[in-house]
Amino acid sequence: MTTRSAPAAARRRFSPASLVSWLLLTPCLVIFALFIVWPLGKSVSLSLHGSDLFGRPDAFVGLQHYRDMLGSAEFRHILWVTFAFVLLTVIPGVLGGLFIVLLLEQHIKGIRIFRTAFALPFAFSVASASVIFATIYNPAIGLANGLLGRFGVDRIGWLTDPDWALISVAITTVWMSIGYNVLVLSAGIGAIPAEINEAATLDGAGGWRASRYITVPMLGPQLFFLVVISTIQSLQGFGQIKILTPEGGPEQSTKTLVYSIYHTAFANNASDFGAASAQAIVLLVILLACTAIQFGVLERRVHYK
Amino acid sequence: MRQLTVGRVITYAVLILAALAVVFPVYYVIAGSIMSPGQISAYPPDLFPHGIFTGNYEGASSSGTPIGRQYLNSILQTSIITTSQLITSVLAAYAFVFMRMWGRTVLFGLFLATLMVPWESIVLPNYLTITGWELGGERLTASYAGTMLALVLPFLANAFGVFLLRQSFLQFPTELRDAATIDGCGHWRFLRQILIPLNKPALMAVGLYVFLSAWNQFFWPLLIGDSADRRTLQIGISQLNDAEAADPGLILAGVTLSILPTLAIVIFGQRFIVRGLTAGAIR
Repeated sequence: MTTRSAPAAARRRFSPASLVSWLLLTPCLVIFALFIVWPLGKSVSLSLHGSDLFGRPDAFVGLQHYRDMLGSAEFRHILWVTFAFVLLTVIPGVLGGLFIVLLLEQHIKGIRIFRTAFALPFAFSVASASVIFATIYNPAIGLANGLLGRFGVDRIGWLTDPDWALISVAITTVWMSIGYNVLVLSAGIGAIPAEINEAATLDGAGGWRASRYITVPMLGPQLFFLVVISTIQSLQGFGQIKILTPEGGPEQSTKTLVYSIYHTAFANNASDFGAASAQAIVLLVILLACTAIQFGVLERRVHYK
Repeated sequence: MRQLTVGRVITYAVLILAALAVVFPVYYVIAGSIMSPGQISAYPPDLFPHGIFTGNYEGASSSGTPIGRQYLNSILQTSIITTSQLITSVLAAYAFVFMRMWGRTVLFGLFLATLMVPWESIVLPNYLTITGWELGGERLTASYAGTMLALVLPFLANAFGVFLLRQSFLQFPTELRDAATIDGCGHWRFLRQILIPLNKPALMAVGLYVFLSAWNQFFWPLLIGDSADRRTLQIGISQLNDAEAADPGLILAGVTLSILPTLAIVIFGQRFIVRGLTAGAIR
């Protein structure tokens, strides 16, 4: 190895090998610069400008969009819907995944068939899953009301009742995510050292007792990872909201932050790219905070074997 | 083998119920797509098709939505993105692992940082950029080829693939690399004849992961494809849902067609996708 003296470093910087490695990195660098780094700056700049009829920035308005947002009841409603959507998707999704994985862990026969079954929703894009659930939720001929009707339950306006619309979209989202949650937790269980389970069996702790006192605590890192990842994905959810409730739901009951960005920029020729970009920056800050929590907490606090 | 106790019977029962609940929409799509219009809208609902009714598929292909064309668009878009990301990721990961260059660690950190920027918060400037570009004096998205270019351009590279392949390349024994170099094996030959064949599982993982996420895209294709025959399948079926609300059989036929490629991947490529999907979860 060469020494780390300044001339050596300078020589290496201009060596042919170094040139080749920059060439190898060029495709990635160009795409990232053009479509991630530049737009990031542009998003901030747009959020400080008004917009002309085509959404292009015109006058500089400073923090006006941010002030408008913070002062508006509608924006508080949007944040509340976003937050509610996260709760309604992350908690059932992660707990449901944990429940299924613990069931699978009870020395089940045919475990591979079950795993494949739980992985099937992966095959569905957001669009196809949403379209199916739209059909199932159909108030007149949909299966949801049809099946519940057999048990004497009144018809529910799944997507038309403001109390139900967000829950219905959340059910679709949980269905789409359950396979991933099962996968991650199964992998986590696979990584638990066999001796721990053997020791537990010798001590007379089998089945559910072992699950409760050994498996669940040992899955801490994976559970935490899933909570953060699901939160991030839930905050970014768009397709299912747009398809199931094209107008942002009855009484704006499914108008989350991302839907609102789309709506502010594109719906009804509004073309308010400035205000929409300010919302995009708020989304960015929330998501970066989630990522920071993941890195900060996951690395330090969660128990690792 | 364990005895069949009451507890185990309950465990199986609950597990089967959970599996049925998860699989049910999958069954419903396929079963519903071969039901006649009368059967699918029957009340109380009918869960089992009476024979095979092909009218929905014929309807889906001849309706106002050019499903076949959109299918091709999606396959083209997804293939270009997958191929390109595999190439750009292999090249970048190779540079990060096998080449000594100034600022390598910092640059890799910056690559990873791009993964933290959510697409939704930069989609507006990208939309303005791409729709503002011109190609041969015409707006970029004015032609079929231009629309396709606009669909794939921002996704030709992604740091996730670089990350995953770098992990895999790092496990390659340095002695083997040194031996190859001493034998006069250049970068290109080493990459093509040794590294890529030996890292096939990782490449499969990246490829399948990228394929699934490209096939699933919704937000960007919704903004870019502005006429029916330039839209992707995902936008097509979502509009089938808007336009033909009265005909669920047609919608289910469209969805069944749209999930065939990914269903095959999930069933046959499971172990590879697992590796790609859980790359962040298991450290």
